[in-house]
Amino acid sequence: MRCGVVVFPGANCDHDVYHVLKHVFGQDVVFLWHGDEDLAGAELVVLPGGFSYGDYLRAGALAAQSPVMRAVRRHAAEGGLVLGICNGFQILLEAGLLPGAMRRNRSLRFECRDVHLRVERVDLPFTAGYRTGQVVTLPIAHAEGNYEAAPEVLDEIEANRQVAFRYCGPRGELPEPAEESPWNVNGSARAIAGIVNREGNVLGMMPHPERAAEAVLGGTDGLGLFAGLVERVALRVTG
Amino acid sequence: MSDGPVKARVTVYPRREILDPQGKAIQGALAGIGFSEVEEVRAGKSFEITLGGDRAAAQARLAEMCEKLLANTVVEDYRVEMLDDDAVEEVRA
Repeated sequence: MRCGVVVFPGANCDHDVYHVLKHVFGQDVVFLWHGDEDLAGAELVVLPGGFSYGDYLRAGALAAQSPVMRAVRRHAAEGGLVLGICNGFQILLEAGLLPGAMRRNRSLRFECRDVHLRVERVDLPFTAGYRTGQVVTLPIAHAEGNYEAAPEVLDEIEANRQVAFRYCGPRGELPEPAEESPWNVNGSARAIAGIVNREGNVLGMMPHPERAAEAVLGGTDGLGLFAGLVERVALRVTG
Repeated sequence: MSDGPVKARVTVYPRREILDPQGKAIQGALAGIGFSEVEEVRAGKSFEITLGGDRAAAQARLAEMCEKLLANTVVEDYRVEMLDDDAVEEVRA
């Protein structure tokens, strides 16, 4: 599978994602520049974490307007796979490719730690490597990860099963109210950590699977996400 | 109205129905230094923008800028004020 990792000025997880896809999974990976107007034939486009444009204005707001995002928008509309991690999720929200917005964390602090996530559905290319309800541990590192959307939008997201990951306890606990759960470290609405679009080909998530994809990094729970993607795309191509 | 640079101030702030954690923290800090009468603080951003064209066109373009980039209308509201030169002087003083 050809994968494109977008490099925005201020991105800092671009090489991590590149490494995992290329060296752990043996995929064909290219870097795409934020000024590029085409995606060099990438089937999967990754918007990596970091601080694109120094987080000026709002996290992801300026990157969402960059030329490469026009190509990403077309790719997504044609059913192509798009994965936004951390700042990449913020960019997808600012670009309107996913519903909602991010606010400062409830704590007003930059939260950098491992969190537990419940995998809400496994019928997506992004989550095919997991089991329904599986609890995985991935690191987060962000100041603006407090997911917010209007109540009717949240209801629609739930009704369409667009939630892919929720912040939960070590055994999958999801105490109510979700916004005040001690496991929901940023205070996200409905403890949402990752969502997909209605069609299920665009995923945005705050946790970093690429930082937990080799034992030497202290965790391998992120492997499932990339494994699922690689396998799904391989099946589609051969079958 | 003659053509020429038009000046405006755009203010963006969190929507009223949304909890503003920054505003809350600032309110707490104010209370801590003796301003306990403060009932609410909402922390936002302000932009001074100078643009060409006539005033009416500028107003419409500024609203468009707010919708497309300056504000995220999912969580923020905005206000556009047209400034005359005196008002700009006052702002910069």
